[in-house]
Amino acid sequence: MTVLQLRGVNRVHGAGDNAVNALIDTDLQVAAGELVAIMGPSGSGKSTLLNLAGGLDAPSSGEVLVEGTVLASLNKKQLARLRRRSVGYVFQDYNLVPSLTAAENAALPLELDGISAGKARGQALAALEEVGLDAKQADRFPDELSGGQSQRVAIARALIGERRLVLADEPTGALDSTTGEEVLKLLRRRCDAGAAGLLVTHDARHAGWADRVVFLRDGRVVDSSAPLPGAETLLEGAQ
Amino acid sequence: MSVKHSLLALLERGPAYGYQLRSAFESATGNTWPLNIGQVYTTLNRLERDRMVEALPENESGQRPYRITDAGRRQLAGWFASPVQAADRPRDELTIKLALAVTTPGVDVADVIQRQRTATLRLLQEYTRLKAAEDHAELAWLLVLESMIFRAEAEVRWLDHTEAVVARTDLPAPSPFAAHVDQPETEILRENR
Repeated sequence: MTVLQLRGVNRVHGAGDNAVNALIDTDLQVAAGELVAIMGPSGSGKSTLLNLAGGLDAPSSGEVLVEGTVLASLNKKQLARLRRRSVGYVFQDYNLVPSLTAAENAALPLELDGISAGKARGQALAALEEVGLDAKQADRFPDELSGGQSQRVAIARALIGERRLVLADEPTGALDSTTGEEVLKLLRRRCDAGAAGLLVTHDARHAGWADRVVFLRDGRVVDSSAPLPGAETLLEGAQ
Repeated sequence: MSVKHSLLALLERGPAYGYQLRSAFESATGNTWPLNIGQVYTTLNRLERDRMVEALPENESGQRPYRITDAGRRQLAGWFASPVQAADRPRDELTIKLALAVTTPGVDVADVIQRQRTATLRLLQEYTRLKAAEDHAELAWLLVLESMIFRAEAEVRWLDHTEAVVARTDLPAPSPFAAHVDQPETEILRENR
């Protein structure tokens, strides 16, 4: 099932002679269970694409659909609700609220949605357990967590409740190589469990965890790679 | 790749005969480099000649195990102690291809780079998939797999870099070969006739 869909999306910043085409005629689909990586040089439109996918920005033309709903058809309040209920974000710098514990951070979207604190905490503990954090770690504050643990909390928060779309902007940028890989592995596992993931990265090794890698250059999708069948045959070439 | 040193390293675990050495080598490297059994025996013979291994009496099944000697151990220690030289690695076809791409008229260098990057990324995806499937794999095999992952990553980074450099540069039209280098005048005259 398609969770995120972009249809003929264009995003133009400015007007007239100063117009910049940040994204041109872009089509993209991300299904449940799929992790798609976006790569490209800086200024190629990666962040624009992510912002459009999350409803933080609106296309100049074309449509963005999240779980079948055209974002442009929603009023401000409805859009805010859809973002709260359907879309989760993971950023390079975690963006956890420092005065809240890990569990409270993870529960935040549910509480904003009016779910009782007790129920939200229960769900938060379950979400944290899914990303490998126990009850003791759940009661720690962000400054008592390592970078890798913080990013786990961010992923738990992104996918808590019914949310199935996770948008990750360089989630491993602040982590060392092995910790970054653990985070990617976790994101991969959450997608295998049914989430749809869109990952912006400049790191090819991390893009390797994706089902598809989409390249952007100057606002256009220049290529998209799907994995080849039959991994066993690949090693023959490595001699 | 040094079959000689690989066999010495395996024999350091204890005496073994040809087929055991081959399967131990392949399991350590995840079947990445299939080893010919003939190659194993030729190498063992040569190592025996150089007194780095010694043959033990045949067992009941007629297999002859070999044992590493002190000379073999010294050789092995020297191998582990010295870095692999750049010259020991094969020439890189991709580097040569791109060097020629930027100097060949009419080649779309950006396109060459993009195609290669897509192919390398696919490879990277597959290696990563293999790695994800082998959560409890042997350390040696994991290490081989990760080496291929990092190499593919380096290639993608180099391609990204090359793409940026090429985009910034006005590629000059490559100069044609000089018509008469080191050619005696008489020959040119003859050709023109």
